[in-house]
Amino acid sequence: MFRENHINLILLIGLLVVPIIAMFSDEPFIISLSTKVAIFALAGVGLNIALGFGGLVSFGHAAFFGLGGYAAGILASHALNFEPMFNWPFEFSGTTSMPVIWLVAIVVTFFAALIIGTLSLRTGGVYFIMITLAFAQMIFYFAISWPAYGGEDGLSIYVRNEFPGLNTLDPISFFAICYALLLIGVGFSWALIHSRFGLALNVARQNTLRLASTGIAPFRVRLTAFVISAMITGLAGALYADLNRFVSPSMLSWQTSGEIMVFVILGGVGRLCGPLAGAALFIILEHNLGGVTEFWQFLLGLLLLLVVLFARGGIVGILAGGRGNV
Amino acid sequence: MSEAILKVDGVSKRFGSLQATDNVSLDLVPGEIHALIGPNGAGKSTLIKQIVGELPQDSGSVSFDGIVVDRLNAPSRAKLGMARTFQISSLALEVSALHNVMLAIQARSGQVFRFFKPVMSETSLTEPALESLEKVGLEAKADVKTSDLSHGERRKLEIAIALAMQPKAFLMDEPMAGMGPEGSKQLTEYLDGLRYQAPILLVEHDMDAVFQLANRISVLVYGAIIATGTADEIRANPLVREAYLGDEADD
Repeated sequence: MFRENHINLILLIGLLVVPIIAMFSDEPFIISLSTKVAIFALAGVGLNIALGFGGLVSFGHAAFFGLGGYAAGILASHALNFEPMFNWPFEFSGTTSMPVIWLVAIVVTFFAALIIGTLSLRTGGVYFIMITLAFAQMIFYFAISWPAYGGEDGLSIYVRNEFPGLNTLDPISFFAICYALLLIGVGFSWALIHSRFGLALNVARQNTLRLASTGIAPFRVRLTAFVISAMITGLAGALYADLNRFVSPSMLSWQTSGEIMVFVILGGVGRLCGPLAGAALFIILEHNLGGVTEFWQFLLGLLLLLVVLFARGGIVGILAGGRGNV
Repeated sequence: MSEAILKVDGVSKRFGSLQATDNVSLDLVPGEIHALIGPNGAGKSTLIKQIVGELPQDSGSVSFDGIVVDRLNAPSRAKLGMARTFQISSLALEVSALHNVMLAIQARSGQVFRFFKPVMSETSLTEPALESLEKVGLEAKADVKTSDLSHGERRKLEIAIALAMQPKAFLMDEPMAGMGPEGSKQLTEYLDGLRYQAPILLVEHDMDAVFQLANRISVLVYGAIIATGTADEIRANPLVREAYLGDEADD
């Protein structure tokens, strides 16, 4: 536990130091990669609440990641094209303000997760995995076939959205925003797992019967965790849209769900900074091996296999030993 | 006799061709230990599950504290004041003994959905949880991970959790299973006093304990109750001797 805290600190400081060095050595691409790590890590921090702490293997978190992305894209496109989104009860023509976009992304994913969670959590095990996947695929195909916002081609955000007091087109400023939100996300999940709710969620994962027999309904605990988890991943999606200045249905695809899951599993399921370690390794591999061979994902698969077979605690587990939460 | 806190009225459950419980009626009044005995497979655990809401009954009705609870699920019945212990310890193994008890206290407080304050800083949870552990002699093991507890300690933890719920009735499914003679003796003494806090429906195979503790005994055979009475009445009942006590009566 003590060692895990140190490793978390090293990971968080590492993610801060790399782009700062890159800024001074004038390598904006490295800053952009670090930003991607921060955003993917945040998406993983979200999934980790459901998957790691709650034991809910959601294979549909791309739905929330993509909905967050589309919230950013749609709001910005209306604002940039001066086309009102709706005229009643008041005229609303979108926004390019990041805080407002984040809020919308979180609210949209809240409702989506409430509906998906309410239906999916009536099942368990493999059925839960399949139903979350099915919901995400439904949204994916809807996005592809709905022409209003680009359909299959996706939707461009011509100018990155704005944050008061910062020039978001400056790579290091945008990194700072993403990093700050990652810190808040990690801090929130720390508080969550040590809280009353965290204890109930922990027991819900370990022994449903015990939870029910003390008088707490497992369904409500799980649904709450699922919704919180989705909202954090949705926020990450909104940031990702701004990073690329582009949203497409691929954000909603099942491969995206898989990738978010890979961050969590590689880094360490149920470990506070596991998703950060996983996302960082993923990006490092993609960037370094991707240039050498097109088959880098084969190596990623091999690595994943090794982690699942021999190191269930992922990278953080290998470095820190012992199980960390609560 | 005072009003019954728990009334089971004609409850049945069938699994395929097996009639697990067959028109079972019994009640539990304040201050008593009502023991439920019967050979293996007689339906004792099934009956407990039906009372606490883990298994729906095919027919019949359960009421608790004046409320018909047939449509309530297990968590709701627990909140009404039913505390059950499991025949095979059912605990959260990856957290400490203390956490297991704290969970019961936060469930009772009704405030589970708090997301920011660390539980270990909440003395309204930790103090009563420690008290419950003390009552069963487990306070020294409070911070030990539950998976590292011995079998006997886990049995005690089951009881501590039930105590922490401050229930209106205990439903104990073989609390002495695998406790050893010394452990059983201690627990027998403890349950003897506990009945005045809340009555106990006690499923138990340890006949010494049952005859020592029970105000009333019901005998379940093939899912049906064949006799209910005091220890002496049950000992003298020829049906019971034939169906169940045969071997042990010769001891």
